Amino acid sequence: MIYFDNVSKIYAKDAIALEGVTFSIEPNEFVSLVGKSGAGKSTLIKLLLAEEKPTSGHVYLESLDVHTLSRDELPFIRRRIGTVFQDFRLLASKTAYENVAFAMEAAGRTDEEIEADVPQVLALVGLQEKAHQFPFQLSGGEKQRVGIARAIVNRPDIVVADEPTGNLDPQNSWDIIKLLGKINELSTTVMLATHDKMIIDAIGRRVVTLENGRMIRDEKRGKYIL
Amino acid sequence: MFTTTFNRIIKHSLIAFWRNIWVSLATVLVMVLSLFIVGSLILSHAILVAILQGIQEKVDITVYFIPEAPEEEIFGLRDTITKLDEVKKIEYVSREQALTAFQDRYRENALIVRSLEELDDNPLGASLNITSFHPSQYESIARFLEAGKFSIVDKINYRQNQKVIDRLSFILDASRNVGVGISLVLAGIAFLVAFNTIRMAIFTAREEIGVMRLVGASNWYVRAPFLVSGVLYGVIASILTLFVFWPLLLWLAPKGRLYLGGIDIAQYFLANVFQFFLILFAVGILVGVVSSLIATRRYLKV
Repeated sequence: MIYFDNVSKIYAKDAIALEGVTFSIEPNEFVSLVGKSGAGKSTLIKLLLAEEKPTSGHVYLESLDVHTLSRDELPFIRRRIGTVFQDFRLLASKTAYENVAFAMEAAGRTDEEIEADVPQVLALVGLQEKAHQFPFQLSGGEKQRVGIARAIVNRPDIVVADEPTGNLDPQNSWDIIKLLGKINELSTTVMLATHDKMIIDAIGRRVVTLENGRMIRDEKRGKYIL
Repeated sequence: MFTTTFNRIIKHSLIAFWRNIWVSLATVLVMVLSLFIVGSLILSHAILVAILQGIQEKVDITVYFIPEAPEEEIFGLRDTITKLDEVKKIEYVSREQALTAFQDRYRENALIVRSLEELDDNPLGASLNITSFHPSQYESIARFLEAGKFSIVDKINYRQNQKVIDRLSFILDASRNVGVGISLVLAGIAFLVAFNTIRMAIFTAREEIGVMRLVGASNWYVRAPFLVSGVLYGVIASILTLFVFWPLLLWLAPKGRLYLGGIDIAQYFLANVFQFFLILFAVGILVGVVSSLIATRRYLKV
């Protein structure tokens, strides 16, 4: 489903983010991407979203090389990938409801679909009570749950989460990870980047380990080992 | 689908305008200032043109004829002069009219009145007042009259006034050019100020623009609400500007009439208010849209 083919990203001679990374992700997998800060996890995700271009190599979504797409075509693949960010990246001037609805509007859904789906997804992440609050009125955990609601509302094939628990306390972190697990059970591929040892060890699913831009380990039932 | 998208864009920009009401108001206010400058430039240009025209019309050359000159010959000369391209208007003042005017002017002066009564005959000659289209053309008219060596011509007052007319002609041209130059510079500054304000308003939303792109929004879906806001700023600002000008001019007009030689700016404004508003309206919307277009372009590269 996702295939990183010998991908390198070099910002400058002494700033190599990724070097010759090759691995693939099958449909409905739950893959954790682990490594220290600066190991290249975020870069890999940015390359998948075509937020940045690789210096060499290719990133495929099914048979499509995402970096051959024009800026006008990009929204179509981005709608198939739901993204959760460490810093939430909610739209500050929109309420929780509007943040989730925006992703549907952007995908061209009808008003009826939006009115039906948004409350449902907000209920799924346990935020139906706070639907009309603005991000600044929500706690970190609540913001991240809005982020997840936004990521899944278009029923994407893949959910990518870049350090989703990085700014949260352990309790909230667990809630988020459980949510991601639930999403995965509903047959969505999940790609989770994190450096949280406890979480990785507890999930017990496939782990891809990066170090200094290189892939050093890929295990079916991995642990956090560095 | 298109109407749904259109409605959403309008709704989003109205909501954004309202939720960022202080930023919106500040932006509108700066736009009002810019449009006020543009409006003032238009008005001062109209005033300048009117003043220059007034001055130009006061400049003429007068050909004085000897008192014995027969009227037919004067008329003959008048017809010849009328055929010159440079001549805009020509006015004949007969001997009797000249005398009446002279008596009128010196009615208070007993000595002159008495001297006139002593004379048997009207001592004044007839004259022709010639107005041209441009002050610089008096030179060629005067030269034509001098070259003709008409025996009935007593004197041509152009040579006495030549310096004044030349200087005036120079000042008129210069002030018109300087006026256009200053207007362009000020209009440029006004545009830059408005542009920067809108850019700042969008700058605060730069991260959101990136997020919208990553969530799968197309460039135009992200951009359109900002463009609509730009239009909104322009529309509101142009209406407000009009309502600033209205009372200001009504208040200024009576004071202005003293200095501007009978030009009534309020009258001019009211006569052209629709055109005037249309210009402000168009400039306002143009500045709003162009600024939003340029400002959003940078942050859409995600």
